[in-house]
Amino acid sequence: MADVIEVGAARGDAPPPAGRPRRRGVTERGHRATPYLFLAPYLVLFLVFGLAPILFGVWISLHQWDLQLPNRPFIGLENYRDLFSSDSADYADWWSSVRATAIFTVLSVPLLVVVPLGLALLLNEKFPGRTFFRAAFFAPYVLGVAVIGLLWRFLLDANLGMVNRLLGAVGLPADTPWVTDVPWAWVSLVGVTVWWTCGFNAVIYLAGLQDIPAELYEAARVDGASAWDRFRHVTLPGLRPVLIFVLTTTILASANVFGQSFLITQGAPGEQTRTVVWRIVDEGLRNYDVGQASAMSVLFALLLAVVSIVNFRLFRYRED
Amino acid sequence: MTNVRRAVRYTALVLITAVFVTPLVWMTLTSLKTYDDAQQDPPSWLPDPFSTYGYDQIVNNTANPVLRWFVNSMLAASLHTLLVLVTASMAGYALARLRFRGRKLSFALIVGTLFLPPTSLIIPNFIIADRLGWLDTLTVVVVPGAASAFGVFFLRQFFLSIPAELEEAAVLDGANHWQVFTRVLLPLSKPALATLAVLSFLANWNDFLWPVYVLFSPERLTLPAGLGLLQGAYVTDYPVIMAGAVLASLPVLILFVLAQRHIIQGVSRSGLKG
Repeated sequence: MADVIEVGAARGDAPPPAGRPRRRGVTERGHRATPYLFLAPYLVLFLVFGLAPILFGVWISLHQWDLQLPNRPFIGLENYRDLFSSDSADYADWWSSVRATAIFTVLSVPLLVVVPLGLALLLNEKFPGRTFFRAAFFAPYVLGVAVIGLLWRFLLDANLGMVNRLLGAVGLPADTPWVTDVPWAWVSLVGVTVWWTCGFNAVIYLAGLQDIPAELYEAARVDGASAWDRFRHVTLPGLRPVLIFVLTTTILASANVFGQSFLITQGAPGEQTRTVVWRIVDEGLRNYDVGQASAMSVLFALLLAVVSIVNFRLFRYRED
Repeated sequence: MTNVRRAVRYTALVLITAVFVTPLVWMTLTSLKTYDDAQQDPPSWLPDPFSTYGYDQIVNNTANPVLRWFVNSMLAASLHTLLVLVTASMAGYALARLRFRGRKLSFALIVGTLFLPPTSLIIPNFIIADRLGWLDTLTVVVVPGAASAFGVFFLRQFFLSIPAELEEAAVLDGANHWQVFTRVLLPLSKPALATLAVLSFLANWNDFLWPVYVLFSPERLTLPAGLGLLQGAYVTDYPVIMAGAVLASLPVLILFVLAQRHIIQGVSRSGLKG
């Protein structure tokens, strides 16, 4: 992919080859405004709903901004300070949501990195029915969080749910409070998320596996490498860029968790499974304190940006 | 030996498939039960009798107009997909093929937003949508999401992978940029356009957080946003709730079966370019 980008860049930017008359190529024909006309429809969308909100969000966070009040005085970093001073009204709820998000991310990411890799390895050979199994593993992912949330709220219901009834049928405790008490609520949220999205990561891994040249495996086999050696010394290094991608996107996705806890545990017990994103929209769009909510958003975005950068850095260095 | 291996592999695959698919089968079967049947302990797999109770409730419910939500979602996802295809392909063409001042900067800005969690823009976007008078309208679930950089980036990369010779030949024949774009490049890009269309439709159809907070009137909701209300109204009346969930799943599952190749390819490619 990278060399394709460079070819394109060269086509766009390089001066016309010397010694030849200025060629009327695709890139040079037409009115000066033409490129901007092609770009304009998307650019309007991008400026209004992609770029402006970034700056606007920072601006809001510097004000005492209540959606229902006409006055929005500038208060500098006070909204940020509130999030760090234990005597402010928002302190406890904010850090409880950070804790919830951290627990969910730490529990779900390793599973979502490892389990799909196993699935992809199972599928990484040609055999009859392969496409069918790949589709079956992926199927839950095409459903929205609203559907899988309602479905699992039902399946995990302590009294009527299928999960407890199945456990009871094989003689295990049948009264586990899957959605109303910790640690069960965490097991549920993480389990459902793994069930829902691991097909997505498996498909990405599978594409990565198919990019590893078969000759490398052949050579390893000739050298007498065991299956485990081949996995460690051929598969894993070959997958490194894909692993970074999966790890980073999975951390971001897990940190942004909302629908699962909104629908399945509904924050229970108490507000222990209320996540950061939920906290932000609740503060801004239910309590109307968008100034405070924007400060939370900015902190959250910065934290995630740092996580992504650290990820790429760590893995790039190891590669060298 | 190889036979044993094959047997082990297929057993594992079938068991894993059961884990992924059984909940969906259970959802469908429950939607076809009566209220009493769904409360039975121990539960039966097959509905006895098969009943349209859940679906009847949905069709006849005026407080929770589920069919209306279905139509809203269908309209929103279709219009959104169309908007993404038109704007992203035009912008992708400009960024891949045309030379202009500010090209590098605009591309860098667009790609830069790919690294930002979309949830962090919700508060400012809510206020912007409010000032535009779009809250509680169809527009608010169609338009803002189309600002995502994914489509532009995805199509630009695809356009760059197509050799420019055909387009240059068309130019020599006197075609202008618009003709080159619509008659040469777009027809060559059908697979990528189909992939982007399917992914955009899925994303919009399934979107939950944004519609829950920007739509208020019961008759304006999209299906995912409405399903939460349905749960609130029916609590443990699972056939009705599951009927709603089935209704929200059917279009995307059908789309998945029909366009599986496009979806899988789109997802695979998104990983490789990372």
